[in-house]
Amino acid sequence: MMNKDQKTAMLQAAGAPGEIEGRSLWRDARIRLFRNKAAVGSMIILAIITLMAIFAPLLSPFAYDQIDWGYIQEGPNWENGHILGTDGNGRDIFIRILYGARVSLAVGLLATAVSLVIGVTYGAVAGYFGGRIDNIMMRFVDVLYSLPFMFFVIMLMVVFGRNIFLIFVALGAVEWLTMARIVRGQTLSLRRREFIEAAHATGVSNFKIIFRHIIPNVLGPVIVYMTLTIPQVILTESFLSFLGLGVQEPLTSWGVLISEGAKVIEAATWMLIYPAIFLALTLFCFNFIGDGLRDALDPKDR
Amino acid sequence: MNAIRKKKNVPILSVRDLKVHFSLPGKGFFGPERKLKAVDGINFDLFPGETLGIVGESGCGKSTLGRAILQLIPPTDGQVVWLGRDIVGAPHREMQPLRRDLQIIFQDPLASLNPRMTIGEIIAEPLVTHKPELGKDEIKARVKRMMARVGLLPQMINRYPHEFSGGQCQRIGIARAMILEPKLIICDEPVSALDVSIQAQIVNLLQELQREFDLSLIFISHDLSIVRHICHRILVLYLGNLMELADRDSIYAAPKHPYTKALISAVPIPDPEIERTKERIVLTGDLPSPINPPSGCVFRTRCPFAKDVCATDVPSVDTINDQHQVACHFHERM
Repeated sequence: MMNKDQKTAMLQAAGAPGEIEGRSLWRDARIRLFRNKAAVGSMIILAIITLMAIFAPLLSPFAYDQIDWGYIQEGPNWENGHILGTDGNGRDIFIRILYGARVSLAVGLLATAVSLVIGVTYGAVAGYFGGRIDNIMMRFVDVLYSLPFMFFVIMLMVVFGRNIFLIFVALGAVEWLTMARIVRGQTLSLRRREFIEAAHATGVSNFKIIFRHIIPNVLGPVIVYMTLTIPQVILTESFLSFLGLGVQEPLTSWGVLISEGAKVIEAATWMLIYPAIFLALTLFCFNFIGDGLRDALDPKDR
Repeated sequence: MNAIRKKKNVPILSVRDLKVHFSLPGKGFFGPERKLKAVDGINFDLFPGETLGIVGESGCGKSTLGRAILQLIPPTDGQVVWLGRDIVGAPHREMQPLRRDLQIIFQDPLASLNPRMTIGEIIAEPLVTHKPELGKDEIKARVKRMMARVGLLPQMINRYPHEFSGGQCQRIGIARAMILEPKLIICDEPVSALDVSIQAQIVNLLQELQREFDLSLIFISHDLSIVRHICHRILVLYLGNLMELADRDSIYAAPKHPYTKALISAVPIPDPEIERTKERIVLTGDLPSPINPPSGCVFRTRCPFAKDVCATDVPSVDTINDQHQVACHFHERM
């Protein structure tokens, strides 16, 4: 029972200005994430690599396609400026790694973004409507899953020619399948929850229920999966470049650099080791961030 | 109660022969499809300003009935007449404006609130949906007014559901249901997840709101003492079938159905003398499966008074003493 005193106190308080800010689940997760040392360290390292990639031309006296005739396939040397050595064509490895980072990170982020948008929308729609719609949509995903990925990419390359943009499309087109499955599974368990039913009872449209109630609640697993997709995409791009299906010379990516380095591993180890260090470091960082996010977003699972 | 009916004897809601059957896949690969009869032919009227209690044990179809009235679960058959028109199978476009007057409050207070939205957004959602012409400030003002009305501090408007206790969450749920000033709220066990002391607060709040807004309530519960406190009439449900429907006083004073008798005799009385000596009807066995309900009277397998006729004939719903309905072959002898 609420007595008169409480009620008047409440009414007075109602007139008083100033609203108390709530702590959203996102904010709680952010605080937990920033307490995770591995994740914070990884974020710093990734930020440094990203900044280096963005400001690459300022960090080195050489251009990425500039041939230094005096130093063909020379080891690291601080005095002549080739701090990580040069490749078989006399091009500076350091600047080429940074330009490779541009391509690799861009592929990773863009392809993941493509998969995120398609996968989340597709999965949420399939899971929310359920029944026959769900069946048809998910069987379509199964069919795409069963297509051999390499065959798909080679077909694209043959038909449209080698093109960095095509790599985004190809990778995004494959990665969204898993995303759609994850989101669908989460949506299936969400759509019977009472707050969804309350929205129904009020007459909120399906479109708004999906975007206002379902997607914000499936974002946790989605973000975690996303941070794990980025390294996967970077690796796949490296693999495609390794096979010669990736970016075109003189532009480069980490995969291309590693592939070139692997050919001369006995004569010029630096050509393999340094790009490999950058690639491995980036992949580690994304995985640590993914782990940190998982713990931060779902503290029950620890 | 009778006063209410004399004043306004046009029912706001009439449920006629309402059925909700779920299809289940048959046993084995080629088995015939089976039917789960969650609600099987329910009739009742609800009058403005009235509270109708729906009681019964777990799995008897109480919640399904409530959701079928709101068309959240499409009924298989029958009519739900809301303000003179049948809304069963009404297309979305026609249903939309009616939803403004039909709201629901849930059992689990926290699960019924979206954890990613502030309570201001949660309470405002019906307003935003049905009155898009309102400005932001007007919506916020109305939300704050409603928060104060249900006993929440309006400064809490930017907080999130997990920052509130169960009772406060239920108040948020009530505020969301009340913000459009509906005519009917279906309360699906609104207090069974709460402490006893909080239960009383929530029930009293519902009663205050009912008086203030001339609200009709359908109060689904298995707690007979709360139902007795809040409801004007009570409908007893067993396995999707109506057992008894009567005014609160007559049902507690003179239950005519053996199931109602058993339910009422199970309510503890806070007086050890009476408690020790009172007659108690203990039901044996479990609720039969609604996939394969007993023949004749669905209650006969657990009824202490069952005779042969109960297995063969479905009892008709008889009206006795004007407003007392009961479905039992032997109600005269009870």
